[in-house]
Amino acid sequence: MTAKRVVLKLDSTLDSVNEVERKASELASESGLDEDEVQRIEMAVREAAVNAVYHGNAYDPNKKMTFSMERTPESLVITVSDEGKGLEEAQIPDPLSPENLLKPSGRGIFLIRSFMDEVRIRKLDPGTEITLIKHVRGEGAGKEESK
Amino acid sequence: MTMKSSTRQVDGVTIVDLSGRITLGEGSTMLRDIVRDMIAKGNKKILLNLGDVTYIDSSGIGELVSAFTTVRNGGGELKLLNLTKKVHDLLQITKLYTVFDIKDDEAAAIQSFNK
Repeated sequence: MTAKRVVLKLDSTLDSVNEVERKASELASESGLDEDEVQRIEMAVREAAVNAVYHGNAYDPNKKMTFSMERTPESLVITVSDEGKGLEEAQIPDPLSPENLLKPSGRGIFLIRSFMDEVRIRKLDPGTEITLIKHVRGEGAGKEESK
Repeated sequence: MTMKSSTRQVDGVTIVDLSGRITLGEGSTMLRDIVRDMIAKGNKKILLNLGDVTYIDSSGIGELVSAFTTVRNGGGELKLLNLTKKVHDLLQITKLYTVFDIKDDEAAAIQSFNK
């Protein structure tokens, strides 16, 4: 499998969220991951994009979301960044703790971590970059090997 | 596919059949309006049928939690019916599976309100 990289710079809108979700799904499917894995990646990317346009850029038309997705033989590496005020990783509350269980928000990063193999959050100046990594087993990962 | 909904009354229980996606800005806002409307009309027994919900994101989950707490705080009950595997898994990993009263049979769900 050859490496492939896609980079998109998009407005801070829900249409952009839908667009990166579609793009991630397309590239994940091409990587030979099974349907469940593709859906997990799709969902993780959607959560990251919602964080970027909504919590990060606050739908500001002057601020962009940048999405990149690179497929190598070993992994899918996705980054989503915004130009907002920045996210302090240490201050992200645990949505599973009893006091947070019935809160209406705060589950996005948790779901991303649940669905991806590695997640890194980096503060930018300004903004936040989140990197999502899914390991793949090379050509035809998730599919039966031909004999 | 955005969210669609229809409402029916069975034995004093308001059943809301939802289909499509419950996500930020689409289904989640609609779900909030539906629940507010029901509370305003005095409906206190609400069963959300999620059998045809194809996708739900963290905003959608948050909206379900808000609906649950809003109805409960108003002295009512909100239960979930017919979870797909995807929604079931999401509620399980977010530990909400034990918070919601979840049913997989409509008749039994309706009966459970009348106990």
